[in-house]
Amino acid sequence: MALKDLLGRFAGRKAESAPPPAPPEAAAQPPAPSAGEGVPATTAPEPAARPGFFGRLRAGLARSAARLGESLGALFAKRRLDEAALEDLEETLIAADLGLAASRRIVERFRRTRFGRDVTEAEIREALAEEIAAILAPVAKPLMPDPSRAPFTVLMVGVNGTGKTTTIGKLGAQWTAEGHRVAFAAGDTFRAAAVEQLQVWGSRTGCPVHAPQKPGADAAGLAYEALSRAKQDGTGILLIDTAGRLHNKTALMEELRKILRVLRRLDGTAPHAVVLTLDATTGQNAIQQVKVFREMVEVSGLIVTKLDGSAKGGVVVALAEEFGLPVHAVGVGERAEDLRPFDPREFARSLVGLEA
Amino acid sequence: MFEALGNRLTGIFDRLRRRGALSEADVSEALREVRVALLEADVALPVVKDLIAKVRERAVGAEVIRSVQPGQQVVKIVHDALTEALGGTTTRLDLNAPAPVAILMVGLQGSGKTTTTAKIALRLRTRERKKVLVASLDTRRPAAQQQLAVLAEQAGVASLPVVPGEDPLAIAARAMDVARRELYDVVLLDTAGRLAIDEELMAEVAAVKAATKPHQTLLVVDAMTGQDAVNTARAFHQRLTVSGIVMTRVDGDARGGAALSMRAVTGAPIVLLGAGEKLDALEEFHPDRIANRILGMGDIVSLVERAAETIDREEAEKLAAKLQKGGFDLEDYRKQLLQIGRMGSLQGMLGMLPGVGRIKQQLAEANLDTAILKRQAAIISSMTMAERRNPDIIKASRKRRIAAGSGTTVQEVNRLLKQFDEISAMMKRMNKLGQKGLMRGGLSALLPGLSNRRPF
Ligand SMILES: Nc1nc2c(ncn2[C@@H]2O[C@H](COP(=O)(O)OP(=O)(O)OP(=O)(O)O)[C@@H](O)[C@H]2O)c(=O)[nH]1
Ligand SMILES: Nc1nc2c(ncn2[C@@H]2O[C@H](COP(=O)(O)OP(=O)(O)OP(=O)(O)O)[C@@H](O)[C@H]2O)c(=O)[nH]1
Ligand SMILES: [Mg+2]
Ligand SMILES: [Mg+2]
Repeated sequence: MALKDLLGRFAGRKAESAPPPAPPEAAAQPPAPSAGEGVPATTAPEPAARPGFFGRLRAGLARSAARLGESLGALFAKRRLDEAALEDLEETLIAADLGLAASRRIVERFRRTRFGRDVTEAEIREALAEEIAAILAPVAKPLMPDPSRAPFTVLMVGVNGTGKTTTIGKLGAQWTAEGHRVAFAAGDTFRAAAVEQLQVWGSRTGCPVHAPQKPGADAAGLAYEALSRAKQDGTGILLIDTAGRLHNKTALMEELRKILRVLRRLDGTAPHAVVLTLDATTGQNAIQQVKVFREMVEVSGLIVTKLDGSAKGGVVVALAEEFGLPVHAVGVGERAEDLRPFDPREFARSLVGLEA
Repeated sequence: MFEALGNRLTGIFDRLRRRGALSEADVSEALREVRVALLEADVALPVVKDLIAKVRERAVGAEVIRSVQPGQQVVKIVHDALTEALGGTTTRLDLNAPAPVAILMVGLQGSGKTTTTAKIALRLRTRERKKVLVASLDTRRPAAQQQLAVLAEQAGVASLPVVPGEDPLAIAARAMDVARRELYDVVLLDTAGRLAIDEELMAEVAAVKAATKPHQTLLVVDAMTGQDAVNTARAFHQRLTVSGIVMTRVDGDARGGAALSMRAVTGAPIVLLGAGEKLDALEEFHPDRIANRILGMGDIVSLVERAAETIDREEAEKLAAKLQKGGFDLEDYRKQLLQIGRMGSLQGMLGMLPGVGRIKQQLAEANLDTAILKRQAAIISSMTMAERRNPDIIKASRKRRIAAGSGTTVQEVNRLLKQFDEISAMMKRMNKLGQKGLMRGGLSALLPGLSNRRPF
């Protein structure tokens, strides 16, 4: 129960069970993980039997949020909402990656409406979840392929390793199951075995894959070819993978713009969606990522990946406030079926440690 | 966005310029800004608190060195505390064990394990002439084994042939076996990405560790990681006793506060940095540079340090005054060149300055380096004082004389004059920008680093 302990440690007031703080110098010695600090119940392994549709999401989100929830619980059990309590609340939000600015804004709203009142743990959680859900509600928009635009073209972009290729596989599975004819284009011609990775996803999902003739081929050329083929062969949805790139690399961002340009030569309305994958473990740099990708390649929506981990993805709240970009879906695992709609209420409630 | 912490603190401390020591109240105000800076850099909250406490202790009552502003001094105290928390000095990857030395690579999905495995392999092969074997234990991610095989070939090292259907533990055992029989020096074991909370997969990698007894267990983390860094690091460390950390994607613009969090939680040193997708993009970790990066500033700290040691403050202020009037001449330039000589390497000098990002490129285009500067000082020394004060009078015959006198060529003299023109024009521009702090450092402050090194 790392966060709880850490918070407790520093909040002092309610740190009865907290271990003494280990100063960073202690870092120099090989630290001995304390035996008493076993694996918390909240991080128990997933049951072998597969829970249902929402069950999996909840399990994933709940795990990621349990620590936050517990610390909130510790902080607000029948307590007066005074300055100190508000400060603790702010810190709890910061620790969930909401960022300083968003955390402060949310706390300010709390101050205005509830300052000085005696509040119970449940009340504060409910209210906080409501506050966060209200921020998220306007951005929860599933990605709906428009059949009249076929081939509905989706360009998948994002920083390295965030989950572009996997998410293409997941979307392919979902849309195929819904009866669409889906094809992939292996536009990552750079990274070792990126094409082969997408080809595996193609065979898993039954989606044909447009692959480059040889490694290092021009990604824009491949995208162009894939779209022109898709237009001829009656493909309903074309998902184009791209190589991961850091937003601060101008040349690589230009390369993405080139893909946009060549697609538009074939279809002035393409791509019909530019989806940015965002790793839930990402901290405040996500804001810069979204900002630059949006400016450079007109990102139309986000998919937040790896929410099945211990990271809370709280930066999504800050992103919603700052950019209002749609959040289409969340990734909660590595399998084809591990893609879920983004449900703001559920996300917010899980974030503060409440059952959905 | 967040401007350099140094600038903010300078504002706060402006009014107490003349006081001798930092009071508790001054420090508290400054530390609020420090807290913001650290949190925006994704340093985990508990770690931030630890640091702030330490800084407070050191800063309250600290004497303000005369040549440095109080704000800058607090920055330096913060910076030193950060550097210390990051391990103080550069730690090299230790491979001092009987061959074959096993290195186990672990981390979250997509953090850069496979790429880093190949980078380390390349480095060990080329720099340390090791015979390296890499093996992929990733039977989960599509084409993961093939990815490592391709990268191994690029790195010029052997990769363990893939046997379809083999499980990670068996692959690891086979890798160690092959390494022993074929006398490899080092075996790098790349593993599948896994969540710290995935009990089954954590148990799997723990079993691999138990079976192979790696000399190093490296946790690979992304520089963009947020507050969760503490949870991940703690979980991996509890299960696997991490011996070192590799932070990837430092070629991005994330502040990299996760480095601090991870180090604080595990106590393991950060041994390497991934700075790009190519296999040679692997760097040593310098705690002080990452400290600068986390604080969101150029290396103002070293600049202040060195300036305090070497720059004659009065001289610098005279220069600043001169610049203001537009009277900067070649003689001043020469003096500055000499002063730079005293300050040592030019490397990263420009990166030391906060707030000069925009003109940095222009400066880089001026393309100065140390060798050139020495020659330039020689050229100016061959000029008469009249020529130094008024370069316009230097025509063809004078140029020939100066070139002969300094053992250079007329082209070089021309280049110097042109560069001087550019520099004085630039300084006028900077003057308008009101970079007062810059002037304090003199011209040295304006000179670019040797190349396109990042400022950390
Ligand atoms: N746990 C979990 N892992 C995920 C999720 N999405 C992707 N991954 C894993 O993250 C790693 C990287 O995913 P990729 O799809 O290859 O990422 P990418 O953005 O295509 O990477 P590059 O092309 O190298 O930039 C893989 O190991 C995936 O299995 C998710 O929602 N949850
Ligand atoms: N810009 C940059 N990209 C990097 C760096 N290190 C790795 N990458 C990229 O990050 C992505 C993921 O790297 P991998 O090596 O596949 O990551 P991994 O940890 O092996 O991923 P899994 O096996 O899926 O868990 C790839 O696109 C790499 O090219 C780095 O230091 N800088
Ligand atoms: Mg990919
Ligand atoms: Mg890998």
